[in-house]
Amino acid sequence: MSRVLIVGAGPAGVRAAETLVQAGLRPVVVDEGLRAGGQIYRRTFMRSERTSRTLYGAEADKAEVVHAVFDRLVADDHVRFHSQTSVIALQDGVAYLLGPEGAITFAYDRLILATGAMDRVMPLPGWQGAGVYTLGAAQIALKSQGVALGRRMVLAGSGPLLTLVAVQLIKAGGRVEAVLDTAPLSAQVRGGLGMALARPWVTLRGAMMRAGLGRRYHAGVQLDRIETDATGPVALHWRNARGEARSSPCDAVALGWHLRAETHLADLAGISFEWNAVYAQWLPKSDEMGRAAEAVYLAGDGARLLGADAAESAGRVAATACLRDMGRPASDPAPDLRRLRRLARFAASLQRAFPWPAEMARALPDDTVLCRCEGISAGALRATVEWSGPEANRAKSLSRVGMGRCQGRYCQLAVAEVIAGQAAMPVSEVGRLRSQPPARPAPVSAFLGR
Amino acid sequence: MSGVGRFLRLAEEGRVSVVFHFDGGIMIAKQGDTVITAILMSGQSLRPSDSGPEHRAGFCLMGACQDCWIWQESGPRLRACTTEIIDGMRLTSKAPVGWPDLERSR
Repeated sequence: MSRVLIVGAGPAGVRAAETLVQAGLRPVVVDEGLRAGGQIYRRTFMRSERTSRTLYGAEADKAEVVHAVFDRLVADDHVRFHSQTSVIALQDGVAYLLGPEGAITFAYDRLILATGAMDRVMPLPGWQGAGVYTLGAAQIALKSQGVALGRRMVLAGSGPLLTLVAVQLIKAGGRVEAVLDTAPLSAQVRGGLGMALARPWVTLRGAMMRAGLGRRYHAGVQLDRIETDATGPVALHWRNARGEARSSPCDAVALGWHLRAETHLADLAGISFEWNAVYAQWLPKSDEMGRAAEAVYLAGDGARLLGADAAESAGRVAATACLRDMGRPASDPAPDLRRLRRLARFAASLQRAFPWPAEMARALPDDTVLCRCEGISAGALRATVEWSGPEANRAKSLSRVGMGRCQGRYCQLAVAEVIAGQAAMPVSEVGRLRSQPPARPAPVSAFLGR
Repeated sequence: MSGVGRFLRLAEEGRVSVVFHFDGGIMIAKQGDTVITAILMSGQSLRPSDSGPEHRAGFCLMGACQDCWIWQESGPRLRACTTEIIDGMRLTSKAPVGWPDLERSR
């Protein structure tokens, strides 16, 4: 009657759990991390020697509150928390979980997905080599492990994380050779205005951080290739805004263009998707309260890429929708909904300021590895499209792009652009790669013979 | 064998050391390291690529890309970015002998 499963213990999942507990429910929360917090408020395995101010900067207070709220829920036995546990599949109201307790099948009445997001990445010649990471990886390495990914790093991509990670690395004593932003200054100025109107202080803080990067930072660049030797990156070759060739020596590269919503489980839960032109990706459909299907709710960056503050609001709102649908009293979501609308205006301006360089995918040389898991080149996909036709899932089946370890999480947006480019179509018309179970690698023995 | 790897430690130097084995060699890491940090503090990569000549050393570090699954000598695989290193762990970059993979069964 009241078995509610929450997937994800980041800011959205934690606030959803808190809201359900306040209404007298005892939700089950599943997260892949050892400790709750999610990615942006990620915690170390052990109690860290570093202060929370060092780890989370200006977000330290918020991180501490989210951690404390959830730790209290667990300590008081108000939630059942399965840490280090993955959802492998969802089918007919049953979640197939795999974690330290082994395989668990859990029948739920209602499901709240707070699965967060991952880096949105554009392939680049040489990106398949060891020593090339996501921007998020660079931040996680620093926050949760206190390490830099290399001795001389180049960060490339676009969006607020690019500047933030660079500043955090430099502050911690890391060496950042160059910060290469594909967003032209003109777009940044146009989008920046809207950002400043919606969140003046956050925008100002970002601009000041950027200024602190000085001559390391370059706007409006074109990324050509990552030169590698037998062990990894040697240099990143790029062109500046005037088209002049440059190269930055390095032993590690981190790439990222904002985020891509983690939607694998939403797909398995049968949610429908739509192409979102602002975020340049497929996003699951839900109403303002996060209702996405019968008894399935979405919250946080896995549904709408509005950041951690919005995720807390969205978690409360989705739990409120869940409670209302169960006929239980719930508090008024209006303040959170207003906040979400303001943060959505900010996020939309942010996307305009730091756009996804779709044309870069269409222009990738044929020998570029597009799908780094299966080693499929852009040329191989283009050749496949000639006889498969420009439909993403058919091109996937016949070329094997997106069929490897990551299940297309990291290459699918670039793959869609390459297909669309080959067929001279808008990217929204080539379709969306459908997700399949298992959502994570799992031994066959885990769920068979039970 | 510390200090010659891909990663560079910038903080939390004071954690207790742990000893583990990777591809038969002895490596030293710190308590609280993930398996990927532990290996890449001394080494350059985790495993050969499935599909190309290059090596792999993880990618997302958040459990999304599945690039960093490696083997334990006892058989089962583990995801190096979300698993904590434990003193005495025995890890390998390639499938242990007897692992029923496709190449061997051909």
